[in-house]
Amino acid sequence: MELLFVVLIGILYGAGIYLMLRRSMVKLLVGLLLLGNGANLLIFLLGDLIKGHPPVISPDSSVFTAIYADPIPQSLILTAIVISFGLQSFAIILLKKVYLATGSDNLDDLLNTHDLDI
Amino acid sequence: MTSNFIILPLLLHMATAIVLMFLWKRITAQRIISVISNVIILIVGILLFIQTWKTGIITMQAGNWPAPFGITFVADVFSSTMVLFTAISALAVSIYSTVGINRARMKYGYFPIFHFLFMGLNGAFLTGDVFNLYVWFEIVIISSFVLMTLGGKKPQMESAIKYVAMNMLASVIFLTAIAILYGLTGSLNMADLSIKIAQIENRGLVNVTGLLFFIGFGIKSAVFPLYYWLPSSYHTPPSAIAAIFGGLLTKVGIYALFRFFTLIFIPNEFITTAFSLIAVATLITGALGSIIKRDMRRMFSYLIVCHIGFMIAGLGLFTEVALAGALFYLFHDIIVKTNLFLVSGIIYRIKGTMDMPKLGSLYAEYPKLSLIMAIVFFSLVGIPPLSGFWPKINLFQAGFFAGDYLLIAAMIIASFVTLYVIAKMWTEVFWKTEPPLNPEEKVYIDGFTILKPFSKLLLVFPVIMLMMVSLYIGFGAENIMVISKHIAAQMMDTSPYIKAVLGNEALNIQ
Repeated sequence: MELLFVVLIGILYGAGIYLMLRRSMVKLLVGLLLLGNGANLLIFLLGDLIKGHPPVISPDSSVFTAIYADPIPQSLILTAIVISFGLQSFAIILLKKVYLATGSDNLDDLLNTHDLDI
Repeated sequence: MTSNFIILPLLLHMATAIVLMFLWKRITAQRIISVISNVIILIVGILLFIQTWKTGIITMQAGNWPAPFGITFVADVFSSTMVLFTAISALAVSIYSTVGINRARMKYGYFPIFHFLFMGLNGAFLTGDVFNLYVWFEIVIISSFVLMTLGGKKPQMESAIKYVAMNMLASVIFLTAIAILYGLTGSLNMADLSIKIAQIENRGLVNVTGLLFFIGFGIKSAVFPLYYWLPSSYHTPPSAIAAIFGGLLTKVGIYALFRFFTLIFIPNEFITTAFSLIAVATLITGALGSIIKRDMRRMFSYLIVCHIGFMIAGLGLFTEVALAGALFYLFHDIIVKTNLFLVSGIIYRIKGTMDMPKLGSLYAEYPKLSLIMAIVFFSLVGIPPLSGFWPKINLFQAGFFAGDYLLIAAMIIASFVTLYVIAKMWTEVFWKTEPPLNPEEKVYIDGFTILKPFSKLLLVFPVIMLMMVSLYIGFGAENIMVISKHIAAQMMDTSPYIKAVLGNEALNIQ
């Protein structure tokens, strides 16, 4: 299971960086999305994958007796997902606005911010 | 010592932002409330600073969960000084914004977002938890995205794409580093990490994690190979917003670098050498970039990059003297860079352009204003009694002591080029007679003279206020140096920090 995760995270990071290096703005955004998902899965993986042992103490005892899944990575991922959701929705709107303003999806066309006068 | 008092600056910013959201589109009320709340936060910041200076490190455990389990907020002298300088800048920018930001932007929530941004900044300075720091960084960047795009001009949108993409990438790298750090240690509390990281035997993995953090913060703070987004985005938003960005957003990255590389990852020789070389490259490339720019604000953007190099240099030398110098530079830079962009805003209002060849004869038209601006520029350059000069003594001294002559050469070149570009700008903008207009061009009506006297005062007062602060930093340098040395000593010996967060037993166990 761990190996599968490692491969999956590798693919997500690789694909994300590849897409970010393209000229298209939409691909840039999709690349960022994939990278973000890769990072979330990485947190999940590094918190150790333990199957079928939720971090809930059974009613008849007051401490953990068996091995249990670490709840912290899950809460971290939840926070990270919410944050990246906000950022991504902002980025999508921004892309649309930029497309409307410039009429282009190509990052190389964004030259208004450059000095053409050096 | 425990106290809930320390999160007051960020709570006040949040409360103000919420109140302002209820006053949507009522801009007069928004302006007044924003300025008043910034005054209150400045007072709180001063009190917090006095408190930490007198009693040492104050901690607060959120929800009363003992550290390392809950989220800890820590106010040591470093944090509280950053909060204080941030509050000074915030007050200045908010007064300036009352006139300097146009009504359309205010109607679309400039002031609430402004306060959310400062809430994030204060949170980042006060937190003692790595993941919490990530959350504050996200609050800062999403607020900055909105400020960057507010108004929706075409160049603003284009620069926002670069800014948003780079900052999101930085966040992902930061998050990756947190994931690996958590996997290595099973902890997120900075003080706890400081102990646990020291015990890990696989130093290679620790260094890789440290460098991932460096890349994440490096993109935000614009160090050498990662700064290219900054000069192509900081000149597009209005000056008040650019002032916040230039003065504070890069500095929060520097703050995080200082925190991480003095508390958690104690740099080994490889990392300090890498930092020195990065500092050299940052200083030189930033300086060279500023020479060729004709647009004033683009030139200032490159100067931001250039001067970030001085702070990284302190981290690269990694001695108490060097760190004190770098910290002094950090405090000076927050005030001066904020002021620089405010000044450029006033010039833009007077002349309607930022292109230096088209500007001129400002000194003849506004002699008093020019004098104030001259002091700002001289502080930036570091003409001896003024604020930019003193930290360099420390950095040079530490550089000579370490025998790092390459770094010293780079710092001298960077200081010299700063002097050169400021002198060039001074002759172009202030001394030169204004060139005649092209017949096709529209005559620009001076937007400063037509203002009411009170509005003029609102624009000039923040500049004077920040100028006074930087004069104090210059003439009262020994006081700032005492603070910087105190912080540097706390950075070299982190045991008081760890004791304050985890209790006295924590250090004895290992």
